[in-house]
Amino acid sequence: MSSRERILGRVRRALADVPQDDTPYGEAVARDYLREHGARSTEETVELLAENLADYRAVVHRCGADELPSVLARLLTERKAATVLVPPGLDEAWLAEADAARVADRMESGAHELDRVDSVVTACAVAVAETGTIVLDGGPDQGRRRITLVPDHHICVVRVPEQVVSSVPQALERLDPARPLTWISGPSATSDIELDRVEGVHGPRTLEVILVG
Amino acid sequence: MSGTFVGMPAFPKAAHEAVGNQTLRANLRHATHTIRAKRANAVAEVSDWAELREAGKRIKDHTLRHLDRYLVQLEESVTAAGGIVHWAADADEANRIVADLVKETGESEVVKVKSMATQEIGLNEALEAEGIRAYETDLAELIVQLGKDRPSHILVPAIHRNRGEIRDIFTREMSEWGRPAPEGLTDTPAELADAARLHLREKFLRAKVGVSGANFMVAETGTLVVVESEGNGRMCLTLPETLISVVGIEKIVPTWRDLEVFLQTLPRSSTAERMNPYTSTWTGTTDGDGPGTFHLVLLDNGRTDTLADEVGRQALRCIRCSACLNVCPVYERAGGHAYGSVYPGPIGAILSPQLRGTASEIDASLPYASSLCGACYEVCPVAIDIPEVLVHLRERVVQGGPVTREGNKVVLKPAKGHGAERAAMRAARWAFDRPGALRAGQRLASRTRRLHPRTLPGPGKAWSATRDLPAVPAEPFRDWWQRTNGGTTDEGTAK
Ligand code: SF4
Repeated sequence: MSSRERILGRVRRALADVPQDDTPYGEAVARDYLREHGARSTEETVELLAENLADYRAVVHRCGADELPSVLARLLTERKAATVLVPPGLDEAWLAEADAARVADRMESGAHELDRVDSVVTACAVAVAETGTIVLDGGPDQGRRRITLVPDHHICVVRVPEQVVSSVPQALERLDPARPLTWISGPSATSDIELDRVEGVHGPRTLEVILVG
Repeated sequence: MSGTFVGMPAFPKAAHEAVGNQTLRANLRHATHTIRAKRANAVAEVSDWAELREAGKRIKDHTLRHLDRYLVQLEESVTAAGGIVHWAADADEANRIVADLVKETGESEVVKVKSMATQEIGLNEALEAEGIRAYETDLAELIVQLGKDRPSHILVPAIHRNRGEIRDIFTREMSEWGRPAPEGLTDTPAELADAARLHLREKFLRAKVGVSGANFMVAETGTLVVVESEGNGRMCLTLPETLISVVGIEKIVPTWRDLEVFLQTLPRSSTAERMNPYTSTWTGTTDGDGPGTFHLVLLDNGRTDTLADEVGRQALRCIRCSACLNVCPVYERAGGHAYGSVYPGPIGAILSPQLRGTASEIDASLPYASSLCGACYEVCPVAIDIPEVLVHLRERVVQGGPVTREGNKVVLKPAKGHGAERAAMRAARWAFDRPGALRAGQRLASRTRRLHPRTLPGPGKAWSATRDLPAVPAEPFRDWWQRTNGGTTDEGTAK
């Protein structure tokens, strides 16, 4: 007997007490928890996102669509970034004013190559106001998971208000589970040493979020 | 389950020794009190906590009641998404599967995401025996691994170590494993974290095989979910060419939508954050993004035996948030090592004896490693009635009765020579010898449901007929908790 059969057999014997007509999934769970916490206007939802991002030590900027290229150029200069990694589908106009040399997110580029890049700029799939979270889904303007992981500085552009939802339930509704997803709430952090929070360890130590719109 | 800490004395003895260790107790108290206070705030922020908790409980209960169906569905969806599913009935089989998969790649080292399941089966040791080196990449696990130590907390495994000890471990051991610690390393957490960053980065960037667990698996879509803070998880999940995930069969949720419950309750219960810094989800393999080969090893190792116990099966709802550890007055004083298993604290006291059976002295004594104060039940985000299971297991140990071991029904004899009862009495004596713990236990009992009768109901009646249960003191639990800040008058640590 294979282990698969053995385990499934054990499970079935263990559940001998469960009646055949047990409550089906659709009725087993009361979904009377909230879809979002509190009523907010669209602008208040964006405000809350900004607040919660900052609370988890992301650096938050706001600007209009026409200002985005100059804001990006300034942030990269301030960081003294000589190279900036861009996903293949990122709007070229965004980096029109930036001096940093573009590095393409190529299939062949290995982890060591990514490690030498100063900054990375991506868009996002959705942002969650209540938790201060940005979610990347590997779309063409966000790139592979590794590019927002290995470089030490990540700038993420969120289009407001259309990419902002209030809550985790609303975010899941918008996302496609077939795609690899990365939910990011503030920069990488650890509290493993006497529970003192330290940014970094492995992911980008600086996360900047630009709310555009 | 092979995860017993070898040569581990039974709980009362181990706890006794731990209580004498001043550094350990101070570190633990600081840590548990800090997290405890923060968690209460994080939970208070969401007004529908009670509904989320109930939904989490019901999702998990429903899944467990139909686990066979969901396992088959999960296997189908993972396979359809390009993953390869393996089934492991016990620790040895799981270890063999992983070792063989690593060997097939031709590699002799792997990077690991912190995972309770792989600790439970002793994977690192098993790989070592096959000539494969497994590097732990979570900062706390690295501290434990370099210190040749054992984890003592589910979430912060090195909670028993302070910064000075960590500096000494890094300075002494890092060069043995790869990049040495920088010259003149101080004990500031930032510098220590930086040393770990440099040490581990070298390993991530060259790693070809990653090994992980998972917090959730979605039957409907075949999606796996890993929740973490540091980014080491993302490194191990996305940089290697091959990913092997070892996951307990109880970690399933039926649908994608169910994650909306747990992604709200888990971070708030564990690290007391609205959301942890990183959550990764993946469904099979994706061309050009992440590992090209994905193996899922579904682990039984005592879970089906636990499932067979109608009272005890609720332990399988556990999402390993560690909230119950942080509120437990016994854990706070005894420390995680005293429980002699990878699952410490209240959840360990009910999970380990079920996964492993109660044949050993340590396992027989674990159901007594509690004051039955009920605080663990109050904080549990999936409402596991830990006191109920503890009482149930105590009866089992003392009275014997039908249990399932490795899939077979056996009748457990009443504890041989009353060994378990002796263990119980030693546990009691341990508590009576320590006024602090005893006081906590007694006062906490004032407000709990289960200790009010002087005799136990049901089959416990005979047992309690000749024994007095503790008298319930006048002061209610909540008052006591408020007044003494959870068992200590030291206000300084909570924030
Ligand atoms: S038993 Fe409940 S509180 Fe304890 S770790 Fe599991 S889920 Fe968390």
